[in-house]
Amino acid sequence: MKSMGSFAVESIRDKVAIIGMGCTRFGERWDAGVEDLLVEAAYEAFEDAGVAPKDVQAAWLGTVFSGMSAMTLSPLGLQFIPMTRVENMCATGSEALRGAAYAVAAGVCDMALAIGVEKLKDSGLTGVRGPAVVGDNPDGSACIGSGYSAPASFAYLGTRYFHQYRIDRDEGKELLAKIAVKNHQHGSLNPKAHFQNVITVEQAVKAPIVAWPLGLFDCCGVSDGAAAAIVVRAAMAKNFRSDPIYIKGMAISAGARQGSMRSGYDYVHIDENVFAGQQAYAQAGVKNPRKEISCAEVHDCFSINELITYEDLGFSRRGGAKEDIHAGAFTLQGDLPINTDGGLKCFGHPLGASGLRMLYEMYKQLQGKAGPRQVKNPRLALTHNLGGNAGAGIGCVVIVGNELNKKP
Amino acid sequence: MIGITSVGAYIPRYRLSGEEIGRMWRTRGKGEKAVAGYDEDTITMSVAAALECMKGLPAPEALYYATTTAPYREKQAACIVAGACDLDKTCRTADFTNTLRAGTTALLAALDAVKAGASSAIVTASDCRLGAPMGRFEQALGDAACAIMIGSTDALARIEGSYSIFREFSDVWRTSKDHFLQSGEGRFIEEMGYLPAMREILSDTMKKYSLGPADFAKVVFYAPDARGHASVARGLGFDKTQVQDPMYDAIGNTGAAAAPLMLVAALEEASPGDRILFAGYGDGCDALILRVEKRPSGRTMRDRLTKKVHIDYGSYLVWRDLLEVERPSLPERPAPSLSSRWRIRDTLSSLYGFKCRKCGTPQLHPLGQIVRVCVECQAKDDFERYKFSDKTGKLFTYAIDMLQPTKNPPGLNGVVDFDGGGRMICELTDYDVEKVHVGMPVQMTFRKMSQEKGIINYFWKAKPIE
Repeated sequence: MKSMGSFAVESIRDKVAIIGMGCTRFGERWDAGVEDLLVEAAYEAFEDAGVAPKDVQAAWLGTVFSGMSAMTLSPLGLQFIPMTRVENMCATGSEALRGAAYAVAAGVCDMALAIGVEKLKDSGLTGVRGPAVVGDNPDGSACIGSGYSAPASFAYLGTRYFHQYRIDRDEGKELLAKIAVKNHQHGSLNPKAHFQNVITVEQAVKAPIVAWPLGLFDCCGVSDGAAAAIVVRAAMAKNFRSDPIYIKGMAISAGARQGSMRSGYDYVHIDENVFAGQQAYAQAGVKNPRKEISCAEVHDCFSINELITYEDLGFSRRGGAKEDIHAGAFTLQGDLPINTDGGLKCFGHPLGASGLRMLYEMYKQLQGKAGPRQVKNPRLALTHNLGGNAGAGIGCVVIVGNELNKKP
Repeated sequence: MIGITSVGAYIPRYRLSGEEIGRMWRTRGKGEKAVAGYDEDTITMSVAAALECMKGLPAPEALYYATTTAPYREKQAACIVAGACDLDKTCRTADFTNTLRAGTTALLAALDAVKAGASSAIVTASDCRLGAPMGRFEQALGDAACAIMIGSTDALARIEGSYSIFREFSDVWRTSKDHFLQSGEGRFIEEMGYLPAMREILSDTMKKYSLGPADFAKVVFYAPDARGHASVARGLGFDKTQVQDPMYDAIGNTGAAAAPLMLVAALEEASPGDRILFAGYGDGCDALILRVEKRPSGRTMRDRLTKKVHIDYGSYLVWRDLLEVERPSLPERPAPSLSSRWRIRDTLSSLYGFKCRKCGTPQLHPLGQIVRVCVECQAKDDFERYKFSDKTGKLFTYAIDMLQPTKNPPGLNGVVDFDGGGRMICELTDYDVEKVHVGMPVQMTFRKMSQEKGIINYFWKAKPIE
């Protein structure tokens, strides 16, 4: 592991509070356009915060495919305030939160809206396009990698992980299946989730292969949806509600595709995750993530990515995810429940909305409003995204908590 | 002394058996034909043959590409082949097309070039002709390529003489609109076209140089099929043992590549001192007399023919675009940009990347964008060019991809670590899915990636080293 370089620690801790959030039902929303999804999520957040649209002083929109520029936010009817569209692949929703939170922390506004949206199902296609830059590929075309699908780009991790830790095909498939079974169990308790069915390990193991070693249940849903957060200066938060949530740490780490170009990269960890995690932990003052983090939402676009993330974020030791999975450590009954709302697997994955959807669940958990999925006495919660893929990605970690730290 | 200085050949690994074709059409089939993979054509096969032929030798000053099935009607193929082989820009390139005799005519042109002072000239001969489904040529025509280098020093076989005739005769043809081979009535084109022409060239060549059948260890010549081949040999008084096997039962009639490929096989089996009479046919005939100096080292035709994979008739139809299949439901790949391709032309044609002058790390940008800042030490614009196409490597990890839009599913993509450094994520080809494993040794091969807006996108894939 390389040294992280220098960064200002604690630059964001306890400076910004979330006072309202909204999230649409995710899924194949044939009934709803981008405008409907935006209005649904934003107005739930306004109502939750007890504020009016006119109170919002600035807005950040995250979307990958569903609109260009801030004009995409027009349906909200906001009146001549600064608005910006941001994009950072699967970390796009969290990137919108970063924009809004930094603006508030910098004191340039008191209240800002972060909103993410994606309307994938209007394309009539399976999966999503790659970052659409002409000439992105060796043969001069633009899509994910050289013609390979997104599942294939994550399957590399599975193949190598099984090889490195001498896990045979059957055990490997079972391990991944247990992650899918957990997320389906959690999704079944969530009326907003895209998939609300429970599955068995046997079902997952026997499902058709998409990109070996990944099968159908190792891949997340392609969904429509939106999620929104309203952030204010932490000092103002109690004016709006008694149970605001505070941002404790927020970090993004983007690589230079080192892993895809350098022979040293091992395909059993993701540097971008590790660096983002370390920075966010340092900002939040977290020393032992497994003990201090109460619950987390991690980027399970593919089951193997959830497994790798356990290790990258220090929830499991290197090579030790297996023991924790078999022990059920990350189920609702475990010591560190992960993807309590069903995760990308079951809640769905509208790219631009996902980071904020994760935050929505952590926000509800920290407020004790997660219903049948409620985790016991949470203090600190974490969301994690990985944009791109292994070896060429964007890692993003946000840590939130339900109490202000005592000043030392 | 001018002669053949090196040879190479490429037989695609796929075979379609006469039996499989017979099963389809309820006819009797025999033998089998070589079939180019879904990502191969006469350009990619020529590159493979040329690279084998040139290995370890100084680069030729001319490259002639011969075929009747050039992928482009307007745009030179020899230029693409020369680029993939990383030849100097001063190398003279030319396409010899439109006749089955293209291979031998290109050899004569190469001979002339060397006589005129070129140090060496390479000829590739390849073909991928199509017979209409259910027709007589469907079973007969096979796909392959070979390469023959002509030079003035250290020859494998001296060229002792040559002789050519042209003859206007319509036996087989394709107009610019024809997809499949057309031909005249079978016995007519054989009795009045092929047989008299081939007999004439062989006997007149021997007469010209005052030689007889007994002076030759081998006679190597084109024929439309095995029957015609045997008939010519008998008629001229050659013994069966003198006649080079045309390989038609094993790979089919490979068109412009057929006779040159037989010559490669003959040279690989020859003994020093052997004299070979060699003739190509098509709108006339070209003949050469060769005297063997030494046998080429390396692979023989038998080695190339042993590794093979039989495909079914459905795959054949799809690979040759004879059957329209459902479009994948994945988002379409945007068409490549000509200007973007131009900027990375070195990488596209011969897989050039960079090696950092500061830290020595070889690197190839995975998305084909030119490397400006070293991924290892962050030095800016301090690189030398570094070629990856000739490097072997090992498969570090892989994915067997059911979603990849390929005509030979499932797709295989992998992370390749090159011996000597550098990593590339790429497609693989010519693999047996059940044998793929972490650590599998691979080499690079020039292939057709896609065809959009009429442009064929060639690039490099990895394939297992067999």
